[in-house]
Amino acid sequence: MTDNGILLEMKNITKTFPGVKALDNVNLQVKRKEVHALVGENGAGKSTLMEVLSGVYPTGEYEGEILFDGKRCAFSDIRHSEKAGIVIIHQELALSPYLSIAENMFIGDERARYNIINWDKTREDAMTFMKKVGLNENPNTPVNKLGVGKQQMVEIAKALAKNARILILDEPTSALNEKDSEHLLDILRELRDEHDISSVLISHKLNEVAAVADSITILRDGKTIETIDVDRGRGAAAISEDRIIKGMVGREITDRFPKRTNTTGDVIFEVREWTVYNPDNPDRKKLDNINITVKAGEVVGLAGLVGAGRTEFATSIFGRYYGENISGKTFINGKEANLGTISRAIDHGVAYVTENRKEFGLVLIQTIKENTTLAKLKKIARWNIINEHEEIRSAEVFRQRLNIKTPSILQLAGNLSGGNQQKVVLSKWLFSDPRILILDEPTRGIDVGAKYEIYTIINGLAAQGMACLLISSEMPEIIGMCDRIYVMSEGRITAELPGKTATQEEIMRHILSN
Amino acid sequence: MDSLLVLLKKNLRQYVMVIALATTMIVFGVMTGGIFFRPLNLTNLVLQNSYVLILAVGMLLCTLTGNVDLSVGSVVCFVGAICGVMMCDPPMGLGWNPIAAMFVAILIGAAIGAWQGFWIAFVRVPPFIATLAGMLVFRGLGQVILQGQTKAPFPKMFQVIASGYIPDIVDGFRIGETSLHLLTIIIGLLIVAFIVISEIHKRKGQKSYGFDVLPVGIWIAKVAFIAVVLMAFTVVFALYRGFPNILILLGILVMGYHFVTTRTVQGRHVYALGGNIKAAKLSGIKTEWVMFWIYTNMAILSALAAMIFAARLNAATPKAGQNFEMDAIAACYVGGSAVSGGVGTVIGAVVGGLFIGVLNNGMSIIGISTDWQQAIKGFVLLSAVAFDLYSKARSSK
Repeated sequence: MTDNGILLEMKNITKTFPGVKALDNVNLQVKRKEVHALVGENGAGKSTLMEVLSGVYPTGEYEGEILFDGKRCAFSDIRHSEKAGIVIIHQELALSPYLSIAENMFIGDERARYNIINWDKTREDAMTFMKKVGLNENPNTPVNKLGVGKQQMVEIAKALAKNARILILDEPTSALNEKDSEHLLDILRELRDEHDISSVLISHKLNEVAAVADSITILRDGKTIETIDVDRGRGAAAISEDRIIKGMVGREITDRFPKRTNTTGDVIFEVREWTVYNPDNPDRKKLDNINITVKAGEVVGLAGLVGAGRTEFATSIFGRYYGENISGKTFINGKEANLGTISRAIDHGVAYVTENRKEFGLVLIQTIKENTTLAKLKKIARWNIINEHEEIRSAEVFRQRLNIKTPSILQLAGNLSGGNQQKVVLSKWLFSDPRILILDEPTRGIDVGAKYEIYTIINGLAAQGMACLLISSEMPEIIGMCDRIYVMSEGRITAELPGKTATQEEIMRHILSN
Repeated sequence: MDSLLVLLKKNLRQYVMVIALATTMIVFGVMTGGIFFRPLNLTNLVLQNSYVLILAVGMLLCTLTGNVDLSVGSVVCFVGAICGVMMCDPPMGLGWNPIAAMFVAILIGAAIGAWQGFWIAFVRVPPFIATLAGMLVFRGLGQVILQGQTKAPFPKMFQVIASGYIPDIVDGFRIGETSLHLLTIIIGLLIVAFIVISEIHKRKGQKSYGFDVLPVGIWIAKVAFIAVVLMAFTVVFALYRGFPNILILLGILVMGYHFVTTRTVQGRHVYALGGNIKAAKLSGIKTEWVMFWIYTNMAILSALAAMIFAARLNAATPKAGQNFEMDAIAACYVGGSAVSGGVGTVIGAVVGGLFIGVLNNGMSIIGISTDWQQAIKGFVLLSAVAFDLYSKARSSK
């Protein structure tokens, strides 16, 4: 067997979902004894690529070939790829919280004979692997008693117990503090140098990537942009950071956004010193001292990666749907406004067009008409009795105004296409007569034509003096639509940029600089 | 415009239920040689099922949220026991005025409901668990109050609510040989007139907005059919002793809840919550309070059913209300409620309850033993829900 030093090779991988090409001829080479970083924006195809590798999408559901150790692989499921030595550790840890470290480590691979578990052997083996990752705990400890950093170590030990030869880590440090992150990177180096285990590190933290990676592959829009070999001898890190950012975002901004001539007025909406704690982990700040303003007729963007806290910011403002221990103040037209419950926020003229319309925005088993009026039924009711004629008239008005393509407003929301569903959600919130409109990923998963229509609607609203706050992970959308852009990263505002001159590189730099 | 077939398909579930009810009644009518349709039997049918129908109306709201209330049978026992103590066996011999006692019983029902609603809505105890606990608690407390005994008899005035008939405006009105209850006929005519007018109104409204409506011939046939059936039943009741009091109460309740669920803001909130609780909450609906009131309402209706049951039996017994919750739940699901919540109607639940009641009554007359009746009802429930899921799976393809 010829050994060219390459452990894993993915060649010309193409994976299509209905209507989308998630991966387009992607190539990836991981050498023996290396830490390979995989970077790219949300939706660039990193996770899909790793799912192809680990057999989540079995052979036949994608095109291209995978060579592991020089041999062609055709994995049928995750267990199959794990047997070969490819183990993936997901961002959300897959541990059973009330089971012990040792039990978790051998789930599905119990140390047993005739189905009866040998607990002494289980603990002994657990200790061996725990030592390898430097986890100094009693193997009988339930994992929910461990911190996130140590839970991550349990995951890695578990992977080693499966005889992993290549570890895939999907944003392993996103929930870790600095010290735990350092430790994790040390472990990766140690595995590389002493145990011949390579790893693929998916990360948004460029300092981390620079510190540990031997080579870096950049993905953008489902394509490999380039693979950079990091020369450890020189201080290459600082130079390549610009190159990485450029690779991640360097796409053309085509003319996909309707023109708008806006005249902004006074500040309508202001949030001051907004701090929110994570309800799942009350010691952690999810949002830290956020200050923003939105003027009448202005479209303000909130850029950032998934998980930066943008949705949490919107939902904590909007009736405190999210968050614990919220502090800070909200002002409308210069006066302090209490938006403590959702109905109060609606009464104050705040509307929040939710992300994920199917889960949070619509009652899919109800009609367009019923969805349209849901947020402000009292507008068409007297003594709590709904005026049906009024309701039909209102729903018809919005159907025509937003050009919802449907034979009738009595159509169930669940039967509409994504773009039309989004318009129904918009109708619902416009029906509530807002002055401040927060839009959370309003164009996700809808086709280009519908996107353009939604942009036109937003521009029209701004022209009428609406204050719009646009949350989006699509950078061209933020740049194309917004007058002003706030960049958010890990719960903080890290920059405020004018929309006219902002570039994708600049935004990405502020996202990653945290 | 949709074809007739499409319109029929859209409302398949409703039509199937009504057709099944009608078919079953006709089959029993034939099998019993007409006994089933005798005025006495139909009156009994209403009296026997009245409390289950009242419970089904309340239970419908619970099923709309995707939950059930298991405690209603025990609440019936508990409130019945209190009524028994107040009216049949008052401590220190101070008999309660029946009106005052009934008022207190309703308040106690409201308190029980608020108690359960509190745990469900604000502490977020799953309704299944909270009402299972209520089922044990109130059955137990009911037995404590009754000390294992039966309290009887109730005052006449109290009995009348469950077993009386509406008075007539003319005494002994006759047409030829047969006596006829005149007020019953008048009420029947008024109801039919009301339905015809509201159907015309509805059709006009739908047409003016360009919605699909039934072809005019079929629409007239449908309205005429409803009118004829209603009038036929009215005449049958009039031939006996007129409408029972309970039927009037039931009619008012059903119309009232039908109106609340279909036409009011609160009703819409219940459906929205059942359809997607997150979207409902993010649209400003106070979902906790909606849950609270649904369970409070359920217990109030349980208290009402308790009184009707006690009055009809003329006794408060420790076994009262056993399995009532199951009958009410079955009525809702047979009547088209979706197990996942958000779908179902008051009328559907009543039709479902009647369907089960008709099965009970008919099978009793033709001499099928109660053990078999139980088993057959079980199969009916299972096939109704399975049919629902099957037709939904097919239509979503």
